[in-house]
Amino acid sequence: MDADKNFLVGVFDDEELVINGVRKVRESGVKIHEVFSPFPVHGLDEELGYKRTRLPIAAFMFGMLGTALALIMQMWMLGVDWPMIIGGKNFISLPPFIPVTFELTVLLASLGMVGTFLIVSGLKPYAWPRQFDLRSTEDKHIMAIDLALNKGKSKEEIASILKTAGASEVNEKNFD
Amino acid sequence: MAHQVVIAEEHYEFKAETRKNLFILLIVGVGLFVLGVILAVTVDSHHEEGQGGHTSLNTNGLVASAQQHATAAEEHANESHGVEKAPWIKRIITSLWMNNVFFAGLGIIGLFFVAIQYAAQAGWSVGVKRVALAMGTWIPIAGILMLALWVFTNHDIFHWTHDYLYGDKLDNGAPNPDYDAIITKKGPFFFWPLEGGTFPIFFIFRMVLFFGVWYWFFIMIRKNMMAEDLEPTTSFWHKNVVLSTVFLIFFGISSSIAAWDWVMSIDTHWFSTMFGWYVFASWWVSGLAVITLIVVYLKGAGYLKIVNSNHLHDLGKFMFAFSIFWTYIWFSQFLLIYYAHIPEETIYFFERMKTSPYSWIFYLNLILNFVLPFLLLMTRDAKRQMSMLKLVCPIIIVGHWFDFFNMVTPGVMRQNGGLGFMEIGIAFIFIAVFLLVVLTNLAKLPLFGKNDPMLQESLHHHI
Repeated sequence: MDADKNFLVGVFDDEELVINGVRKVRESGVKIHEVFSPFPVHGLDEELGYKRTRLPIAAFMFGMLGTALALIMQMWMLGVDWPMIIGGKNFISLPPFIPVTFELTVLLASLGMVGTFLIVSGLKPYAWPRQFDLRSTEDKHIMAIDLALNKGKSKEEIASILKTAGASEVNEKNFD
Repeated sequence: MAHQVVIAEEHYEFKAETRKNLFILLIVGVGLFVLGVILAVTVDSHHEEGQGGHTSLNTNGLVASAQQHATAAEEHANESHGVEKAPWIKRIITSLWMNNVFFAGLGIIGLFFVAIQYAAQAGWSVGVKRVALAMGTWIPIAGILMLALWVFTNHDIFHWTHDYLYGDKLDNGAPNPDYDAIITKKGPFFFWPLEGGTFPIFFIFRMVLFFGVWYWFFIMIRKNMMAEDLEPTTSFWHKNVVLSTVFLIFFGISSSIAAWDWVMSIDTHWFSTMFGWYVFASWWVSGLAVITLIVVYLKGAGYLKIVNSNHLHDLGKFMFAFSIFWTYIWFSQFLLIYYAHIPEETIYFFERMKTSPYSWIFYLNLILNFVLPFLLLMTRDAKRQMSMLKLVCPIIIVGHWFDFFNMVTPGVMRQNGGLGFMEIGIAFIFIAVFLLVVLTNLAKLPLFGKNDPMLQESLHHHI
């Protein structure tokens, strides 16, 4: 069995059930691939044991890059390449540079953050998401379990764990 | 599926030990103040000849001449109209006024915080609201203090109160050498409906009106909160939503005018359209820091179990955001004046950036109020940890105290101003008395409304 191919899919009827289900499934030693919900469920990330995103660090780095680029650009343009006297100020004076610096900081931080997010999540043109169960866009919470990552347990064992954890039905889903 | 969490009512007990500590702070403040006065008096008597007020500024261009003109005009006025008070007395007066404006702001921000929670129908803030409400009890004290200070010291603080500035002819028909056309034009803003230079009835009316209306809203909102404790109904909450909305409209106008009256009119010739916002931003972020600090203190003392790191995160975000807001306002005011380079406008910054006792405060102000809060509160963890908040809140409060110091003092004291034991002592006295009043009143009500319709939402708050 290859990874990312064969899944067991548990269907849960409401968010309370899926939160408790996640806890029970993880306690019984089964690794969860992902949970899909039609709306944000508070506390689900913690139960799934997800690590905090490091996206803010990328945003900070891109922001600093924006600050540096903006300052270097303006200093070079107005101080070196084509010095101009504006309002009797020095060629390189900080206060008038601040608005542009601010804008470029925000622009690069936000664009950089979006770009980083797209790359990290593998989102690109013609990247189609896998649908484990279409009802996850409607009223069901879907828990996907990668069978290749849970080789210690049989399919039937996992299915019964899902059932006792509160799943209303358990289906098999295979991607080719 | 919504599960009710049952939570017991909490009462803050203002322990004798806390009170004792605050009294010690008060005594230390008085001690520093007395020490400062003794030092200032001895220094004054040594340098009596040096007090003529020569601007020891390396100046060039228009700014310098505008500065010297203003100073010269004022000195001339002082010479021809009675003896000037000794600089150390003026320092005390200035410091009292500055501290009173700052702490009045903290009190009114307490009420403002409560009002925006109601107007926004916010759910997270149930555990924090009464702490902010307790700060509102300072409003009447600040009002009385401000009125009294104005009555006794108006000529020392406000240049526009001198009657000789108004009227281009003297009684005998000769031209008035001290006539100030600009201030005469601004006269009605203070003296309407009377003549300029008489009694500033409009100014005093506004001061009384603002404090009166603020206090009335405070009493009404507090009354509804107390009634809600006795009767579990949502009607009091809805009444407070309406009251808060009306208050916010009034506050939007009155806070700006208060800033012009109490702070900007000190530099009578100068004006800035950003000033109302600027003073409000400074009050608001320091008020938020005080609220957060009291909440953190209460949590450290074992109270307010309903406030967890999610609520602290919200307070931290508030401080982070409004530190940046303050900087935005500060910079907007600065950049326009810097770029336009009009002497009568740049003199304001000239006095603060290039004059000896204020220059370092001017730059320190930006470090304490922007750089440090911005970097220290940037991460999520920093906003959620009490230890970091304990560090950042005092930085913000001290930073904005300096901000007010630099708004008020240069306009009154010119180059004779100073920051010594006297000023620090007065600040300590204000802190001690403010906290005594606020904590006494915090102990009178339960720490949160057990019948607040938003209580369950606050308990489930999760970000």
